Amino acid sequence: MKLSEVVKVMGLKIFNPEVEGWEMIEVSWGYASDLLSDVIAGLSKDELWVTIQRHLNVVAVAKLKDGAGIVITKGIIPDDATIKKATEEGVVLLGTEMNTFEFCGKLYNLLKYGEIR
Amino acid sequence: MGNEKVRLVYRIKAMDLANAGAASSHVKSELQKYGIEEEVVKRVGIICFEAEMNMILYSVGGKLKVEANSNSVEIFAEDNGPGIEDLEKAMQPGYSTAPPWAQDYGFGAGMGFPNMKQNSDVFEVESAPGVGTKIHAIIYRRKENEAK
Amino acid sequence: MKIREIVEKIDGKIISGQDKLDVEVERGFAADLLSDVLALTEEKACLITGITGPQVIRVAEVLDIPLIIIARGKQPSKALVEAAKLSGIPVVLTQKTVFETCGILYTNGVKPCKIKILQGGEDTNTCLNVD
Repeated sequence: MKLSEVVKVMGLKIFNPEVEGWEMIEVSWGYASDLLSDVIAGLSKDELWVTIQRHLNVVAVAKLKDGAGIVITKGIIPDDATIKKATEEGVVLLGTEMNTFEFCGKLYNLLKYGEIR
Repeated sequence: MGNEKVRLVYRIKAMDLANAGAASSHVKSELQKYGIEEEVVKRVGIICFEAEMNMILYSVGGKLKVEANSNSVEIFAEDNGPGIEDLEKAMQPGYSTAPPWAQDYGFGAGMGFPNMKQNSDVFEVESAPGVGTKIHAIIYRRKENEAK
Repeated sequence: MKIREIVEKIDGKIISGQDKLDVEVERGFAADLLSDVLALTEEKACLITGITGPQVIRVAEVLDIPLIIIARGKQPSKALVEAAKLSGIPVVLTQKTVFETCGILYTNGVKPCKIKILQGGEDTNTCLNVD
């Protein structure tokens, strides 16, 4: 599913829409973790990373693993340095009011069954 | 509960990561034994847990003290350093100075002080770099329970 | 969902609290950071996590969490296993990721918890403005 579709259906906010071509990024699945070492081991290409972490290090990790983007949950806003770095690296930063469980529950349904329940 | 008082004191050791929460868990079971209200016990548990984690990860060691009487439960967490550089920042949700490796132990959400403040009726922090940090929190028990 | 059903749906292995398989779990919460869990507003929420240390058992004790699911095929530390057995809190291991575990539970009717957004004083940058 294209990232623009995910953003639309899930009602996400995008912090850095300047990232070129972000709408066309393919989202194959999701990966939720706040432990960077787990993400480095487990995040696969084109997976959307779901976390409450908002600091600078998340950008390098997402880039390293070619993730589809980062969704920061619970209404938490990434700091300016993180947004700047993410834009430079072409990593899409998104936000949601939902907490990780709810977001994953809904995204799972969307990607697996084509609709949120 | 009458005029009984509960006084619990724990020594918290620096870098004792594997034991994070051990004191708080003990506080909870002790307060329950004394018949303190569930809601109050839960809030005390959360404040103690956060204070304990902070002392373990960031301080050279300190003391956690919990005192309960018929009116309230008071929590005192004091350490001997190094003190907080920017207290205002530390109070912001999401702000954390936890090193990356601490994450594997579950540290680093940056919710410590916000959680403590949220769960207390009175919350005071005093900290100075080079000196240490003192936390004082009060949770009031509900008036209707005094009749018990 | 009953814990028994959860274990089945996530191909889980229960390592403690086997006597509580019929306990009903209404809500779920996913977190790897302890303070995030401590900000939980509701009880009866099972915790889905990748933490493998004993601290997670202590958080569960302090918050009366009915079930801990350790996902991503992570092996709990010996200290966690011991603490879990002592406390009697059900701990289930699964190879599935946190994302999948959330998805499966959510699909089967386990509800999310309400979020308490903590305001950070003067700093309005910390939380999204609620429309």
